[in-house]
Amino acid sequence: MPIRLPSLRNGVMFAGLAGFALMPVFTGVTGQPYILDITMRMMCLAIAAVSLNLILGFGGMISFGHAAFIGIGAYAVGIPAYYGEYSGFLQIPLAVGVSALFALITGAICLRTRGVYFIMITLAFGQMVFFTFVSIEEYGGDDGLVIDTKSEFAGLIDIEEPLALYYLILVCLVAALYLVKRIVASRFGRVIQGSKSNDDRMQAIGFNTFRYRLTCYVIAGALCGLAGALLGNFTGFISPDMIDWTRSGELIFMVVLGGAGSLFGPVLGTVVFLVLEELLSALTIYWQIIFGPVLILVVLFGRGGIDGLLSRLANAQR
Amino acid sequence: MHNAEPLISVSGLRKTFGGIVATDGVDLEVRGGEIHAVIGPNGAGKTTLIAQISGALQPDSGVIRFAGREITDLPTYERARLGLARSFQITSIFHDMSVVDNVALAVQAQDGHSYRFWRPARTDPVLVDRAMDALARVGLDGRRDDNAGKISHGERRQLEIAMALAAGPSALLLDEPTAGMGREETARMVEIIRSLKDDHAILLIEHDMDAVFALADRITVLVYGRIIASGPPQTIRADDAVRKAYLGDEVSDHAEG
Repeated sequence: MPIRLPSLRNGVMFAGLAGFALMPVFTGVTGQPYILDITMRMMCLAIAAVSLNLILGFGGMISFGHAAFIGIGAYAVGIPAYYGEYSGFLQIPLAVGVSALFALITGAICLRTRGVYFIMITLAFGQMVFFTFVSIEEYGGDDGLVIDTKSEFAGLIDIEEPLALYYLILVCLVAALYLVKRIVASRFGRVIQGSKSNDDRMQAIGFNTFRYRLTCYVIAGALCGLAGALLGNFTGFISPDMIDWTRSGELIFMVVLGGAGSLFGPVLGTVVFLVLEELLSALTIYWQIIFGPVLILVVLFGRGGIDGLLSRLANAQR
Repeated sequence: MHNAEPLISVSGLRKTFGGIVATDGVDLEVRGGEIHAVIGPNGAGKTTLIAQISGALQPDSGVIRFAGREITDLPTYERARLGLARSFQITSIFHDMSVVDNVALAVQAQDGHSYRFWRPARTDPVLVDRAMDALARVGLDGRRDDNAGKISHGERRQLEIAMALAAGPSALLLDEPTAGMGREETARMVEIIRSLKDDHAILLIEHDMDAVFALADRITVLVYGRIIASGPPQTIRADDAVRKAYLGDEVSDHAEG
């Protein structure tokens, strides 16, 4: 599946990123800082969705335990902070490294299975992480842990300042998108996509697809660990709730809603997901009764999600 | 380019599925520059045989050698890397990629490791040039940018061969390359296979007897997983057991014609 970026999709992507970049100006003028908060959360989760899309959308690996990496990333900030270690140069590599290691170990097991079995076993590992953090009383158990001081970067950037944190997250999101764009078009990316399309054939032409898929799983896990570290810094409070299997399900919805296997789709999916959540929950406390069917309709009838819709629009214009 | 040493050599191969013996003590050799056809009625175990040689299935017992090296326990992808390529009876391509991308992926498989994360692969001349060579050999170079899912059945069968070729193999396992083809397409495929013979050892499974007798240097007849005859085409044509078991009238037609 070559990445085709017709002008409309490209336009939407640049408009979206420009929108993120200008949001602080907007909220500054209108005086609605809470919109800035929502956007920051949105961008953190968008990084997670982009990382999930790498394995799910491009590699066909439907992981139902991806939120575990968000949790690992967040606790890699929270636990050192709990002991008074605030250096971001320690916390961020720890978040990325431990996530990668966890992905390597669990991926080596999960990727021996396919289809429903893969979904179930990734779910099981995700829940293992969830219950691990629930059971560690030292770090708050299921009450969670407050991060009183955000990551420090030796004076380079002070993310206690909301705008600094905001733009750090945005830079990470853009970098994640660029990374995925390059990977998907590279030789490695072709192997991943070929393996999704027809794994038997890939082996017959000489690829040890397991190793490539595992590498891809590790990259996605590490990237999601970064998203978790950013999210932990943003919320200032972490709890096992971030790792719950419903969170993993939400990430899948964001990817599918936006368009699995498209570069910018997961970001669109995250934005629409969180905006809908925000609007509907203001409407009624039973908002999920409306939200659920909307998602099901998109999955059933909106082939390719929002991104698919955009490309159909672009084709219709020609 | 006949070599004395067989490139593919199978001995005492046996495979059972429950109570069914799919491969029953098969011995077989294919030399470079030779087309060795395996024929037999449906369910004779032809595809099972190819699957074992290619590594998709593990035999219960027996030895498979390739270029003198035992490969019985090697996984599929390592056999492919040694130069043993296969095509599939049921077309197995990447439907969501272009024709040239399908073949380029097969080239890539043989061009070192693929832990290359940064440079775009689609415009890599190393991959594209060699893919185009393989496409030209099967006459598909005019369709390079078409979506592989959208080309005709006959063209997909050609693509199937091009993907096997792209790896630059020394041996080809072709599983019914003319399956589902019309007369004209079959004739074209026969010519393609004939043109590959000089620089490959070819194990051919085929139902189309015209194609088999037009191409094969040697024919092995498989019935219920067991070899009942093996030899040059004239011998097989004349063999009573083969006529009775399998070929029937079809061969008499050939003998007369």
